[in-house]
Amino acid sequence: MTAAAEGSPAFGMTRARRNALLRSEPVQGFALISPTFLYALILLVLPILVVIAHSFWTQNYLTIDRTFTLENYRIALTEPIYRDLLWRSLYISLTVSLFTVVLAYPIAYFISFHGGRHKSLWLFLITIPFWTSYLLRVMSWKVILGYNGVLNSGLMGLGVIDEPSTALLYNSTAVIITLTHAWAAFAILPIFVSLEKVDRTLVEAAKDLGDGPIRSFLRVTLPLSAPGVISAALIVMIPTVGDYVTPKLVGGKDGVMIANAIQAQFGKASNWPLGAALSVTTMLIVTLIAGATVLILRAAQRLAR
Amino acid sequence: MPERPQAERPMIEIKSVTRSYGAFKALDDASLTIKEGEFFSLLGPSGCGKTTLLRMIAGFDNPTSGSISVDGQSMEGIPANRRPTNMVFQSYAIFPHLNVEQNVAYGLKRLKLAGSEEKRRVEEALAQVSLTGLGKRLATELSGGQRQRVALARALVMRPKVLLLDEPLSALDKKLREQMQVELRRLQQAVGITFVLVTHDQYEALAMSDRIAVMFGGRIAQIASPKEIYQRPVNRQVADFLGGMNFVKAEIVEENGASLVLDTLGFGRIKTDKPKAFVRNGGAATLGIRPERLRVLWDNATAKFEVAGKVVERHYFGEITHLIVEIPGLEKPLSVTETNDFGADDIPVGTSIRLAYDPEALVAMAD
Ligand SMILES: Nc1ncnc2c1ncn2[C@@H]1O[C@H](COP(=O)(O)OP(=O)(O)O)[C@@H](O)[C@H]1O
Ligand SMILES: [Mg+2]
Repeated sequence: MTAAAEGSPAFGMTRARRNALLRSEPVQGFALISPTFLYALILLVLPILVVIAHSFWTQNYLTIDRTFTLENYRIALTEPIYRDLLWRSLYISLTVSLFTVVLAYPIAYFISFHGGRHKSLWLFLITIPFWTSYLLRVMSWKVILGYNGVLNSGLMGLGVIDEPSTALLYNSTAVIITLTHAWAAFAILPIFVSLEKVDRTLVEAAKDLGDGPIRSFLRVTLPLSAPGVISAALIVMIPTVGDYVTPKLVGGKDGVMIANAIQAQFGKASNWPLGAALSVTTMLIVTLIAGATVLILRAAQRLAR
Repeated sequence: MPERPQAERPMIEIKSVTRSYGAFKALDDASLTIKEGEFFSLLGPSGCGKTTLLRMIAGFDNPTSGSISVDGQSMEGIPANRRPTNMVFQSYAIFPHLNVEQNVAYGLKRLKLAGSEEKRRVEEALAQVSLTGLGKRLATELSGGQRQRVALARALVMRPKVLLLDEPLSALDKKLREQMQVELRRLQQAVGITFVLVTHDQYEALAMSDRIAVMFGGRIAQIASPKEIYQRPVNRQVADFLGGMNFVKAEIVEENGASLVLDTLGFGRIKTDKPKAFVRNGGAATLGIRPERLRVLWDNATAKFEVAGKVVERHYFGEITHLIVEIPGLEKPLSVTETNDFGADDIPVGTSIRLAYDPEALVAMAD
């Protein structure tokens, strides 16, 4: 790169300079990412800017008043209903991330360490449920958890309960169960990848130095697969905070999440600025939590040494 | 420096150990005894089963049949973490998430020593491998030679009865490797621990070991001191693996208790010691002589035993010259290495010369 720029004294000055510019790493880098960059600009950045702009405006029945105001944010952050919804969304998504990671880790571990020659087959099998639509999978949980559902009839058949329980469906627990199932594969993959990268001789070295299977797992395998665990947690947490379909279908009144409120503002309530303010607030909180998660886990990793 | 243990107590006993993968035998009926305080090497080409045997001693693998005992105790059913052995892995296996000190202290943590005692032992181990002061470095900030030393310190700090080393020097460059050979040998003598070294480098094995087991294709071909392995190889394969050797066809004229009388074309009738492992295979045998055991006779010098021939090739190697000498009657010319102090590097190709040899240097091998 630099050799090419230095080795062109024979060229005319302007041409040399233009060449140098074209060959400079930043310019080449921007050129290379420009298609992706444009795509991201049009489909991601612009809509977000529109949303942010709306969040500072006011809805006047059918028209929008474009004078700057923070009123929407005041409502979003202080109105008890929105605050509760935000808390519940965070609680649900953090619980779901925790459960998914805890459930996904043993599966990923088994495939990586005991999958033998059939690792790719196992991974393939895990993706099979994801061939059906997300909606279908959510609906099938309705069938399992519902009043006349599989679980209720099963429990009644066994004589555990006398009449169908209504505690299974239409609450946050149902949302958590459904989301945990829905995101399992997305958590398994990053954990699997980071476990694959753990050098098996390191585990042997731990054994050689006196560790039994559990200790060598806690002292070597787990810390070395932490990056996979962090990404799995984030991959699940970030989208579930804003999930809208699952609470709508299985959440009932107790399982409503912030995304449902946002949808209502953009839809029936027709208050785009408030919907926008709620969106931006959620986005910021998720970003903060994601950042904090990474930092905390990194620090924990350093302490665990 | 502590006294080397004088007692010839067996530390590792391997009895008829076989390790099969399906029909393939990675190790085939291997038996050997390693003495306490010994520097023992497993030498052989890649794929001959050295690592397989070492891993079974360490407890990472189990024999298909046969038994292994360490310090008089059978190792059957004892997992790696409860064996009195420690290993220096070929890849060093330094924990990347820990620094040097934490790597070395890894195995000590479980012993629940007092903090000061643990620190003292870590410092001591780091000093033994000349890494004092590098305790806070991460594994990623170390050179290959330093990583190797960390692996060594991490194993030594456990004070094992046996230290197992799987090609510990093969990833180092030549200069560092030679330096480490000397250091490793010195360290072994200082700590007095039994070392079992796996290597495919014959010079490494010769330079460092008390005894060597030479292996081919899962079988142990010979177990002996470096000198005996080099001078009295039991067969052509061992002879070849340990450096250049001239092979001369011979006919067995007479065989009795301790000696053999052989007829050769170039060297005439020779009486030699019969090697211990010599098993006659028909009437033919092979006689071997190392290139450096043949000496060029200058001018009118004579020797009691000599052969005459003609130089057909000459290769210069700095301190030595390699001559290829055709001997009437021998189907293959002889290789001769001669130091350059007398001008062997100036002998023109085509010159007729005479070579002196010592019949003692001739070794008979079963064909
Ligand atoms: N897990 C295994 N499955 C099948 N063959 C193996 C296995 N491990 C080792 N081998 C074979 O056993 C032979 C000896 O291997 P090894 O002990 O690693 O040789 P080396 O002397 O180079 O250390 C090799 O031919 C190798 O291919
Ligand atoms: Mg090997």
